[in-house]
Amino acid sequence: MSTGAIVMMVLAMVILWGGLAVAIVSLNRRPDAEDTVDREHLHRDL
Amino acid sequence: MTTPGPGQGAAPAETQEARRGAFSSRKVFILAAIGSAVGLGNIWRFPYVAYENGGGAFVIPYLVALLTAGLPFLFLDYALGHKHRGSAPLSLARESRKAEPLGWWQVGICFVIAVYYAVIIAYSLRYTFFSIDKAWGDDPEGYFFGDFLQANDPGVTLDVVPGVLVPLLLVWALVLVIMWLGVQKGIGATSVVFIPLLVLAFGALVVRSLFLPGAADGLDALFSPDWGALTDASVWAAAYGQIFFSLSIGFGIMITYASYVGRRTDMTGSGLVVGFANSGFELLAGIGVFAALGFMAQAGGVAVDEVVSNGIGLAFIAFPTIISEAAGGSLIGVLFFASLFIAGITSLISILEVVISAVRDRFDLGRTTAVLAVGIPATVVSVLLFSTTSGLTVLDIVDFFINRFGILLAAVVMMVVLAWGVRSLPSLAAHLNRHGSLKLGRVWMALVGVVAPLALGYVLLSEFLDTVETPYGGHPTWMLNVFGWGTAALVLVVGVVIAFTRRAPVTPAPVDDSEKEAGR
Repeated sequence: MSTGAIVMMVLAMVILWGGLAVAIVSLNRRPDAEDTVDREHLHRDL
Repeated sequence: MTTPGPGQGAAPAETQEARRGAFSSRKVFILAAIGSAVGLGNIWRFPYVAYENGGGAFVIPYLVALLTAGLPFLFLDYALGHKHRGSAPLSLARESRKAEPLGWWQVGICFVIAVYYAVIIAYSLRYTFFSIDKAWGDDPEGYFFGDFLQANDPGVTLDVVPGVLVPLLLVWALVLVIMWLGVQKGIGATSVVFIPLLVLAFGALVVRSLFLPGAADGLDALFSPDWGALTDASVWAAAYGQIFFSLSIGFGIMITYASYVGRRTDMTGSGLVVGFANSGFELLAGIGVFAALGFMAQAGGVAVDEVVSNGIGLAFIAFPTIISEAAGGSLIGVLFFASLFIAGITSLISILEVVISAVRDRFDLGRTTAVLAVGIPATVVSVLLFSTTSGLTVLDIVDFFINRFGILLAAVVMMVVLAWGVRSLPSLAAHLNRHGSLKLGRVWMALVGVVAPLALGYVLLSEFLDTVETPYGGHPTWMLNVFGWGTAALVLVVGVVIAFTRRAPVTPAPVDDSEKEAGR
């Protein structure tokens, strides 16, 4: 592989997979909010 | 006795929520949304688009498109569904009655896509098993068009091909059972199992492909940057088109899924995870596919550009060739086609849920009745049109036209209507900001109201001019008119008619305590 191709491949990995990792970490810092509707009711899905 | 539905009567908020169903947690919603976004296009479209549009340099317009159009539009869909707690038509009607036809237009588009998307999944299912003994022999192309599809000359026939019909019926049976099980036990549970499985299967495929001789040549072809491409407007249009088609935005899916999420969920933070997961998978697919194509080129003693293909040709002709020639080819085949199958199923259920949820809201039906009301006609149309000897030709035409003059057109119209007609963006931003970690402001409104419509409008106009100038695919004009332009026009007309035949008033979405407090 050429140097340019390696650089662009690594750059794409860092941006996209790194972006995903940052987004997941950032989201996990905020716990999933409790709902106002009873969970058993939510699951009924009639 | 019939209980009033969300759109028709004045049922208490909790009853409405309970009847519709919901995802049990943010994680399940995110996996379902990723399952919808990651589809066949991620695997067989992105690598080719990137290669054809600057290679490594394509990363730049792709990222710009993700940040300036993909994610902003995703947030728009989320805001509509999450705020109004309804299917696409009901959510848009609750935003403004004038916007309701857009929702029904999206429902029509989803119905059309569902009936042909199932057939490609059926092909993938069949090829998963073909891979074990390499059933195509030494002529994958002849086998696919001849033995497998029994494809005929241009024209429409009702000659059913049993080898397509049987897996197609199995796919529909599986999908309808998932839909019948409901939002959490069906869609949610399927996503929780299938998405990790997809990552594992495709990850294993990528690792195997990277060790094939010639893999480095394939990656070099994909990632070598052509910086001159960045000055070409068509490259930027390709990036916006790829992001748009890849993220499942603009045709009701994300509106519907967002309506099943807890009211206090961080929707913008969740959207970032979904957007980057989708793009991250595309990159993984690019690496796996081009490593395999590099091997194919080396084995055939030709340059990589001579074996590059996409879509049906990549999946059912190029990959079988690779499978035949590579050591451990059967394993590669099973992993590849199983990945297509899984990615296809999780996308198909999201497409079908748009229709089912809309029918439930509009006609006040229970889930079982709605699944049958939508599933039986969809299965019949799917079988009659696409399991026949002319199925692939019709599929090719419908797919081309409904993507461009259905999804893309509806999305541009929706952005313009919401931004400039109904002027909804400030209230939608305020809704997402209530619990969102990423705060939306004027930049988001400018992206959704100006940048994204202009970029996607340019893509749409280019496609329109190209299609008018050069009839698509060399197909007969009457077939292009009926199955192409005709289908795209039909879903629009049907959508408008359904929207204007609604008789009952649209009730507002139920609000919870946090929203009441915010409204004071």
